[in-house]
Amino acid sequence: MADLKQGDAVPEMKTTPDKYLPHRYAGASGDFNPIHIDKEFATAVGLPSNILHGLWMMSQVARANNAVAGGDPKALKRLSVQFRGMGFPEQEITVTGTVVEADGDRIVIDTVAEQGGNQVIRNSEAELDLS
Amino acid sequence: MAVKTDAIGREWPATTYEVGLEKVREFANAVGADNQAHHDRATAKGAGYRDVVAPPMFTVVYSAPAMAPAILDPDVGINLAAMLHGGQEFEWNEPVCVGDAITTQARCTEIYEKDGKGFYVFETVSTNQDGDQVVKGTWTNIVRGV
Repeated sequence: MADLKQGDAVPEMKTTPDKYLPHRYAGASGDFNPIHIDKEFATAVGLPSNILHGLWMMSQVARANNAVAGGDPKALKRLSVQFRGMGFPEQEITVTGTVVEADGDRIVIDTVAEQGGNQVIRNSEAELDLS
Repeated sequence: MAVKTDAIGREWPATTYEVGLEKVREFANAVGADNQAHHDRATAKGAGYRDVVAPPMFTVVYSAPAMAPAILDPDVGINLAAMLHGGQEFEWNEPVCVGDAITTQARCTEIYEKDGKGFYVFETVSTNQDGDQVVKGTWTNIVRGV
């Protein structure tokens, strides 16, 4: 992928978190905020349902960017995201990216994560070192 | 009502987290990180890592013990019930591998009010047992209706 240039799209990644994914991520991350794992609690505080952890959604953006580097975890040098929407279990998420800077092995990618027409992560910038 | 800004510049005690093999595998499974370097020792060592390597976003696991007291500090004054995670940035350096002891220090860098919302920005710096920086994190939390 070292021939990436400004304006190129990177391969799209699709993933559908299953109903119990937020529970597994809660255990893995230690974030047991009930808005993520308890539908009754979530609806009682005014949410449509229990919502995905923002940092899990960020991890999918990280995974899509790592894939550009052939899955090499140390290639991802920086990732910034803004959480701008709620994500839900059992609905497909599509992560797309566009190269905004390409300088030798240093690539900067603008990434969006979208679910059901709603951008759940945007203004995301990933910096990869493909050396 | 205005946000309290007294806590800007405050640091909380550093915490140290020891990275274990099964925790890395559990996290990798939860985020779909299927590179075998996150699961299998021989693969990781073959790729040049000291041991099974954590996915980049494993940062949230070893940073959490350092961030929790900052978020909960009454002098910061975050209303947790109205808090949203607004933004996140990580800058990674040395990879984190099983067997590492990662020390993380949290600091409050900014508190401000904009459009009726409170913005609380924290920075974490994590270093490994050799003193090498592994990641710098910038955590932006937004509180509605301050």
